[in-house]
Amino acid sequence: MYNKKVMKRFLKPKYAGKIKDPDAVGEVGNPNCGDLLKIYLKVDKKGVIKKIRFNTFGCGMAIAASDAMCELVEGKTIDEALKIKSKDILDLMGGKDVPVLKVHCSVLGESALKEAIKNYKNKKK
Amino acid sequence: MRRFVYMDNGATTVVDSEVVKTMLPYFTEKFGNASSVHGKGQEAKRVLEESRETVAKSIRAKPSEIIFTSGGTESDNLAIKGVVYNDKEKNHIITSNIEHHAVLNTCKELEKEGFKVTYLDVDKEGFIDLEQLEKSITDKTALVSIMQGNNEIGTIQDIEKIGKICKKNSVLFHSDTVQSFTKTPLDVKRVNVDLLSFSAHKIHGPKGVGALFVREGVKIKPLYQGGAHERGIRPGTENISGIVGFAKAVSLCKSGHVEHMKKLRDYFIDSVLKDIDDVLLNGPRKERLCNNANLCFRHVEGEGLGAYLDVNGICVSSGSACSSLELKPSHVLIAIGLNKELANGSLRFTLSRFTTKEDIDYVLENLVKHVGKLRKISPLRS
Repeated sequence: MYNKKVMKRFLKPKYAGKIKDPDAVGEVGNPNCGDLLKIYLKVDKKGVIKKIRFNTFGCGMAIAASDAMCELVEGKTIDEALKIKSKDILDLMGGKDVPVLKVHCSVLGESALKEAIKNYKNKKK
Repeated sequence: MRRFVYMDNGATTVVDSEVVKTMLPYFTEKFGNASSVHGKGQEAKRVLEESRETVAKSIRAKPSEIIFTSGGTESDNLAIKGVVYNDKEKNHIITSNIEHHAVLNTCKELEKEGFKVTYLDVDKEGFIDLEQLEKSITDKTALVSIMQGNNEIGTIQDIEKIGKICKKNSVLFHSDTVQSFTKTPLDVKRVNVDLLSFSAHKIHGPKGVGALFVREGVKIKPLYQGGAHERGIRPGTENISGIVGFAKAVSLCKSGHVEHMKKLRDYFIDSVLKDIDDVLLNGPRKERLCNNANLCFRHVEGEGLGAYLDVNGICVSSGSACSSLELKPSHVLIAIGLNKELANGSLRFTLSRFTTKEDIDYVLENLVKHVGKLRKISPLRS
């Protein structure tokens, strides 16, 4: 049911894993289906997200979407990262090719990212 | 080495090549309409009645008690609506909350029409409470509909006892036996059951054909109007090739197959529980369909695991919300008390008589590998 771009990420997610001493963590649950996504950020002094990793309790699409989100985020500044929308994540996975029922999985990535950045900013205060 | 292992026989089965061979002439040379009086028609009529006899014999019914239908869903609809529409005095149905959607949604539809439905609870293994059943019967109860073998968790209800309760209280009893047919003993001479639903494609027969057993003397209202086919209960030209295939599939089922499946299923369940930690078996250990194993791999999402298995040539089905069109976890798993997370982590493996030990070993090897992989990235595991 998944296209090649989704399958590739699902089978070999590049960003799956944890960061030992992260600068921020974001954890969100998907009320629609019960999926969970937790992301870890490493941010340098200039506010650049140097490293991002994810853990998920989610379906194939959730794994792929989380991986795509990480790819978009790594190397960007906090402010740039905040501009990333679920549509951008979706586009990286073939956009219109993604099953309609699975679109909500990409929203989870955007929410987790926002949550992590919010936690990062709170910590800095 | 990569293999192809089909472990989703609860969804459908491969049509036995013998069945296909038997069916083929009924598309070409023996294509007659069983209602025609000429030779071609009578040729079809003969094989229709022979097939009816084969299906009837397998449950010790009379041939006249078998009505051919398009499959399990139609049989369930015909049984339930047929009974309640026929009995103008009564307006109450009793069923369970782990029935197949063909039964549950039929009941829900009838509720909209003003019928009252009692949905019996089940315990953590999926068994109904016989006392609750008996207490739920009122003088308005027209029908009890309880499945024999559950399609998801394999629980086999004691239909003999349910039948006794129904008889004592003069209530008709329907059972959806789509999954249990040929896998669990079923003898209508011994068990008091009035209506039974069957499907051919779950037993290596073709899709689009099934049957309803209607005990002699039980009156049901047809769902639609037409000719006098199937005693007027199910009008429409009989699907002769399908029916021939169905009967052939029934005749090919042997008790040795049940033993074979049971042995491999137990080996599978035991090995998974031994080789992988934090695994729960959904449904009972003993009173269980011979081909069903439903396992919950904690902290792993079922759809994701199923997709990994699929990539490796293994077909299974999942109780996960992510695999359903409604984004809801399986109603059966929720009914036996699983929370969303556990239901989402459950997979159903259903064997057939063609499953081998090598198949099982290959599935085991892949489960160990991919459950491990997914647990490594699970936020529930740290």
